Amino acid sequence: MNQPRSQGRIAARFAALKAEGRGALIPFLEAYDPDPATSMAILRGMPGAGADLIEIGVPFTDPMADGPIIQLAGQRGLKAGATLAGTLAMVRDFRAEDDATPVILMGYLNPILSYGAERFITDAAASGVDGLIVVDMPPEEAEVLAPGAMAAGLDIIRLVAPTTDEARLPLVLNASSGFVYYVAITGITGTRSADPEALRAAIPRIRAHTDLPIAIGFGVRTPEQAGFAAKVADGAVVASALIDTLAKSLDEQGRAKPDSVRKVLDQVRELAAAVRG
Amino acid sequence: MSPLNQLLKPNTYKSGPDAAGRFGGFGGRYVAETLMPLILEVEAAYAKAKADPTFDEEWRRLLKDYVGRPSPLWFAERVTEHGRAKAEPGKGAKVYFKRDELNHTGAHKINAVLGQILLAKRMGKKRIIAETGAGQHGVATATACALFNLPCTVFMGATDVERQQPNVFRMKLLGAEVVAVTSGAATLKDAMNEALRHWVANVEDTYYCIGTVAGPHPYPMMVRDFQSIIGAETRTQMQEAEGRLPDLLVAAIGGGSNAMGLFYPFLDDPSVQMHGVEAGGHGIETVTGHAASLTGGRPGVLHGNRTYLLQDEFGQILEGHSISAGLDYPGVGPEHAWLHELGRVQYVNATDKEALEAFQLCSRLEGIIPALEPAHALAHVLKVAPTLPAETLIVMNMCGRGDKDIFTVAGHLGVKL
Repeated sequence: MNQPRSQGRIAARFAALKAEGRGALIPFLEAYDPDPATSMAILRGMPGAGADLIEIGVPFTDPMADGPIIQLAGQRGLKAGATLAGTLAMVRDFRAEDDATPVILMGYLNPILSYGAERFITDAAASGVDGLIVVDMPPEEAEVLAPGAMAAGLDIIRLVAPTTDEARLPLVLNASSGFVYYVAITGITGTRSADPEALRAAIPRIRAHTDLPIAIGFGVRTPEQAGFAAKVADGAVVASALIDTLAKSLDEQGRAKPDSVRKVLDQVRELAAAVRG
Repeated sequence: MSPLNQLLKPNTYKSGPDAAGRFGGFGGRYVAETLMPLILEVEAAYAKAKADPTFDEEWRRLLKDYVGRPSPLWFAERVTEHGRAKAEPGKGAKVYFKRDELNHTGAHKINAVLGQILLAKRMGKKRIIAETGAGQHGVATATACALFNLPCTVFMGATDVERQQPNVFRMKLLGAEVVAVTSGAATLKDAMNEALRHWVANVEDTYYCIGTVAGPHPYPMMVRDFQSIIGAETRTQMQEAEGRLPDLLVAAIGGGSNAMGLFYPFLDDPSVQMHGVEAGGHGIETVTGHAASLTGGRPGVLHGNRTYLLQDEFGQILEGHSISAGLDYPGVGPEHAWLHELGRVQYVNATDKEALEAFQLCSRLEGIIPALEPAHALAHVLKVAPTLPAETLIVMNMCGRGDKDIFTVAGHLGVKL
């Protein structure tokens, strides 16, 4: 049970990519958006389209770090019946055919507390989840989840923001595992683009404090931006841009159309080509 | 009493929060990393300001000369007589109103707003944001920003913008920008989400002025400290009027700032009982028909603190309902959650219908049109006063005036204005 984290899927994937000499593409999808079958099809198709790791958003009524695009995705997911249990079931189904691609759940603390932190850790690990990003759980409030999760082999991936100063960096990084998620903008998801010069300065500042891989997210939208982020750091997370494509593909009632899944996966392919380029 | 229970009872109820911002198991700082450095900055700045006597002097000068404090403690003789008329001989408590509705801007909100704006100035912040439900906190913030010449943006749920038009207009007159929030359910909780999102995106120059004793540490403590002026004045005034402490304090609870302000200075006086009155809406047996987080919710994490929340079995936040937009919030301040679990304060509720009746009764008996929020507190006073001995002293916080509510009330009474 208590296997060293260096043998987990996340560490293994970043090590393999390092050997290949490139960074990771980490696309995001929101569970049950706009319905369970469509989001499952997107999840299944992502590794083939070039996803190196996958982030699944767990819908919450009050996502305070998310911009309008992901807020709406969460609302569509909730309307389609998304729950934490349903999201874990998606991961279980995915694992039946893919045992290598790391899956990270991103969400907010309250649904986890409601599920029961211990039961969640057990079920998440058993379902094949590799890491957790709990947006509203800073290191100061992590006691309820982080020690148990880490003991069960789940990485606790933490956000580091441009506002995280030198004094705070070690606290945040020491409480991190798997990789570090650098928030490229001061703001919410999907609202601004990352400034390349600021990233060039920010990443070495974090590297000085940690050996963990660093992925850049919030404000990475285009293949060019993803390619740059994966070079300057170790990976690029693309979320709002993909959700935007999915949302625009829906019909007037918000239902998926026959080409919805393909459109999202095509975009993943373009991003992957840029990251590999 | 078992040894465990003895351990659970603190020797003072006034020591909270601890260094982590917790009141027992409640409170804390459940925010995204992007916000964390900001709230730590607010905490440090507030600690510094608190230790500086000139900060307190300036705040008190504003309260006295601009707000009009101290607010009177009014013996509500006709309400008292009304209770006694229904009571057995020797019963019918004496009812006092702490008249915070007489404050400039018409509610208690201005007390904490002025404190926070002075803090924002000290921190060198150039603009202010706030969330508002009924609009009282928004109006108070817009007022203070006009006074201090600071740009002000108020986030208000689109639903509330619709039902609180007079306050929206007031804020605009005062020079504030009002942003109608359409995300989520478009009410107070979504206004708070949006204010937090805006803050994250404007960290350098912006101060977030929170209107209640909720949110991440240090807000619940800081807003409580400023609002405690209400209870501190009450203590002195009751001593002058009756030569002793009151027996029962009653206040309405949405987020809980007016109640915390009245209760806090009395928490360690065992003879003083306290009742917090939540919004019972259509009745707390209805699933989403009320806004009584303590009596009808369970603990969870929202808006930066762990507290009692209205939520479904999956931890999704539920929309509350109250006739009063100011009480229509699915959470409650963490210190109330703690006092609830300790049993120091009793939390009860009053329905929309009871509040409406109290609203009208108070207007006719005392010549005071109360806001719908304290009308809930009064509804509870009307229930308990006749059951208590005649020498019992009740203080109810009249935390806001009803001008803003006359359109809502007229609508409910079928009167077209």
